[in-house]
Amino acid sequence: MKKIFTATAATALAAIGAASALVAGPADIPLIIEGEEMIARAPAPDYIDGVDTIYSGWLFRSEETQALEVDDFENPAMPAVDYGLELWETADGSEGKSCASCHGDISEMAGVRTVMPKVNENGELWAMEEYINDCRVNRMGAEPWKRTKSPEMLGMTAAIGLQSRGMPMNVAIDGPAAPFWEQGRELYYTRVGQLDMSCANCHEDNYGNMIRADHLSQGQINGFPTYRLKWGGLGSIHRRFKGCMKNIRAEPYKPGGPEFTALELYVASRGNGLSVETPAVRN
Amino acid sequence: MKRSLIAAVAVCVGTSIGPGTASAGTIAPADVRIVDMMVAESLTGVLGDPANGRKVFANRKKGNCLACHANSDMSEMLFHGEVGPPLDGVAERYDEAFLRALLVNSKAVFEGTIMPAFYVDSATLNRVLPKFQGKTILTAQEVEDVLAYLMTLK
Ligand code: HEC
Ligand code: HEC
Repeated sequence: MKKIFTATAATALAAIGAASALVAGPADIPLIIEGEEMIARAPAPDYIDGVDTIYSGWLFRSEETQALEVDDFENPAMPAVDYGLELWETADGSEGKSCASCHGDISEMAGVRTVMPKVNENGELWAMEEYINDCRVNRMGAEPWKRTKSPEMLGMTAAIGLQSRGMPMNVAIDGPAAPFWEQGRELYYTRVGQLDMSCANCHEDNYGNMIRADHLSQGQINGFPTYRLKWGGLGSIHRRFKGCMKNIRAEPYKPGGPEFTALELYVASRGNGLSVETPAVRN
Repeated sequence: MKRSLIAAVAVCVGTSIGPGTASAGTIAPADVRIVDMMVAESLTGVLGDPANGRKVFANRKKGNCLACHANSDMSEMLFHGEVGPPLDGVAERYDEAFLRALLVNSKAVFEGTIMPAFYVDSATLNRVLPKFQGKTILTAQEVEDVLAYLMTLK
């Protein structure tokens, strides 16, 4: 019924040439994944000025895309998660160890996704990928996985992220994280590229609006790595940042580099309070 | 409609046609002067072509104006954006010199706007992808063409 209404409305709007009003804003429905209600909208943290309420990106997607995320049998990311679970148990490298050898069951990772990225013991800001590769290289004696596009890294970050599904994002922005957070905030508001836009121009000032065929969300990262229909697979947070920068004809920062990791911390902090939705599905 | 076109032509002729035509008369991005939110002179001295302007307006790799603005004149196309105001009747709200300034450098007209500046020196921008460095989003003539098209939106 709802679907039919939307389709008719879209046709009617196309006919008058202005796809406005009806689609504006996030959907007013709960996000229930496998019977568990997610926190898909929450009061914005007090250190965020530009918005009052934070919303999951799921609320901005079409009903067809939404349906793929709420049922694990439909979720196209699940084969990659299974691969990650398998890798968790698989010994690799000169030490003959698997992740499970040191960490036990992967369910021990519950909560980890909610605090990433975080400052390591040497005072560097690391995202989940860096912690994983640190274990591989320094504890397993194995090769690091390619950070952005390898099926291994995507499967593992998805499998670890899934252990926190439903738990609220809760990255630290104070103490040793403070300078990184400041750097990330600066990047978020800096205009770049030939189109001369900042992240905030689209995801703070215009979420809820259509930009051509795209319904702009707040650009939250609580669902990453995310299965994107356009990518035909899982993609990392830094891949998404890179894509947004290229769209505005800006030279992206290096995936895994200090700028994108600081930006990741800041963007994650804008979503503190939203449930982890990994692995989310987007168009 | 016809009358307005003639009016637009008259303004162009009156303010811009010097001895040179075409690219010889094109003003470089860094040399365009925006005075009181207006650029009175044509950037090229060549009359804008509204039919081409209409194409540039919709083209995703050119103006992509439709990404942000609804426009009833393009009702045959799907997906009109809602980031900026609908452009129906825009020629009645603004005059040509103002709209040229807006297209050249939106920020000189609407402070802090998200709307891109279509004809500015890329050296004034941050981290422009190498393949777009030294280029403007639209050529001077494309700006004139889009402008001629906007002047038909009554
Ligand atoms: C020109 C507009 C624009 C700019 C500027 C922009 N984005 Fe996006 N972004 C989009 C669109 C369109 C999408 C896809 C629809 C959506 O989720 O908003 C998107 C999606 C995203 C997503 C995925 C959200 C999800 O739910 O999966 C993230 C994260 C994101 N952007 C972050 C950023 C960051 C960080 C920046 C700045 C470096 C940025 N964006 C700049 C338009 C933009
Ligand atoms: C990324 C978004 C975006 C794009 C692309 C864009 N605009 Fe705009 N435009 C805006 C916004 C937003 C405003 C309103 C000013 C403001 O509040 O910043 C605006 C204002 C205008 C106005 C004044 C309208 C009024 O009624 O006040 C005109 C005319 C206009 N734009 C024309 C164009 C044309 C022509 C193009 C393409 C060559 C274009 N715009 C591309 C966002 C955009």
